[in-house]
Amino acid sequence: MSKNVSSDRFRKVDVDEYDENKFVDEEEGGENQQGPDEGEVDSLIRQLCTGNVMGALQAVLKNPPMNTKNQALKDRAEGLVLKVLSSFKSGDIEKAVQSLDKNGVDLLMKYIYKGFEQPTENSSTVLLQWHEKALSAGGVGSIVRVLTARRTV
Amino acid sequence: MTYYNFLLEPISCHAWNKDRTQIAICPNNHEVHIYKKEGGGKWSKIHELKEHNGQVTGIDWAPESNRIVTCGTDRNAYVWILKGNVWRPTLVLLRINRAARCVKWSPKENKFAVGSGSRLISICYFEQENDWWVCKHIKKPIRSTVLSLDWHPNNVLLAAGSCDFKCRIFSAYIKEVEEKPSPTPWGSKMPFGELMFESSGTDGWVHSICFSGSGGRVAWVSHDSTVAVATGSKNTVISSLSSETLPLLAVTFITENSLVAAGHDCYPMLYLYDEGKGTITFGGKLDIPKQSAQRGMTARERFQNLDKKASSETEKANLESVHKNSISQISIMEGDKSKCSKFCTTGMDGGMTIWDVKTLASSMKDLKII
Repeated sequence: MSKNVSSDRFRKVDVDEYDENKFVDEEEGGENQQGPDEGEVDSLIRQLCTGNVMGALQAVLKNPPMNTKNQALKDRAEGLVLKVLSSFKSGDIEKAVQSLDKNGVDLLMKYIYKGFEQPTENSSTVLLQWHEKALSAGGVGSIVRVLTARRTV
Repeated sequence: MTYYNFLLEPISCHAWNKDRTQIAICPNNHEVHIYKKEGGGKWSKIHELKEHNGQVTGIDWAPESNRIVTCGTDRNAYVWILKGNVWRPTLVLLRINRAARCVKWSPKENKFAVGSGSRLISICYFEQENDWWVCKHIKKPIRSTVLSLDWHPNNVLLAAGSCDFKCRIFSAYIKEVEEKPSPTPWGSKMPFGELMFESSGTDGWVHSICFSGSGGRVAWVSHDSTVAVATGSKNTVISSLSSETLPLLAVTFITENSLVAAGHDCYPMLYLYDEGKGTITFGGKLDIPKQSAQRGMTARERFQNLDKKASSETEKANLESVHKNSISQISIMEGDKSKCSKFCTTGMDGGMTIWDVKTLASSMKDLKII
């Protein structure tokens, strides 16, 4: 077989970057997005012993850092959400999901899939339990919205 | 509700003639086949229209003038006129450099619009002096493929749904063929190419778009499993509903307030729009599944299920809907968009189903078509 000895560096060029018709999303100012307030969530987690997991969930799902490009902010928000989700007892998950509205379920699905992307020790089990309950509440439509979202958490 | 299976391949697109005795379909290749209704629920192929070099992506049959326009991935559109017993094509130069995706005759049938992958819409009209179809382009501000088109009853406004996640309404006013239009809820100044409305708030490619019968409302479905309706006014309000189903591919109004939409879930669904509250609600699933006999499960089957799928319930292995694959197009058969009594769906299973609205309403007790 003949061997190609000439340079093939051109194959590694990203041609999409040079396409003048390339689609860029409209910039929407996301600089003010803070993500869930850490102090508030921490205090709520401390109250988890008294069982205020529901309040913690509501608090952590407020203010999702969707519009910002700050990756650190998004990672921190995901970490907080994961902490709250792990502190639920398996039996309470269903009730918690029922208490969320449609947008809440969609947002929860987005965080669940974000969590799947970087699995840690126990996170996948917890997330799978939440996924099952969120799926029965939101249907496959909520998963489709995770896949088609332009601005993700 | 009658189901007829034309082929094993998907039906790419279809169009009915004026009295609904003939249907033109594209059997997922370069041709268009016209079938005629025979008695006893049978269909026979009477014409084959072979001119395209690429898959035919859109067909529209003008009811009054009996002309068919087809467009395809070969970047061409042809207008077919019936001479004697043969359909003769006329090429239309669209001046696009990507595939054409959808085509629609205007209500007065003096022009048609073609949406394409070149991020523009070609509005084509017949120029008498040159005996030739010419076209004008609407380019700005479309930024991706135009997937679906629908004309407003005033023959000037055109709604376009595209892959840049937006639904837009343009003016396609051609001064050579028509008079100046009177003001509409979408605006009063309508020079050619003017953007009258642009949607926001939904993600996902806009698969299908539809004006209501009066033209005062426009509905669209997009790939993020949402249905949205906008009512034209000084401050247009967009109402949308995130559904729990797979994305919808086709939508049409059947009354001023009710929509029928269908898509990857293989059955049509009813949606009700309330302008006062600005909400869309799910009205019901419009499919009457055949009652299959319930077989009891043997112990062996139960263990097999537990092993393979980790569940011991009887899983529905077969799709219970009439269509066995996604529905890609809905068309109105009887009535019009303000009062439809029959509509037709075609899908990727090569089948066509005709749905009777009255029968559906009576067989589904909770169904309300307002």
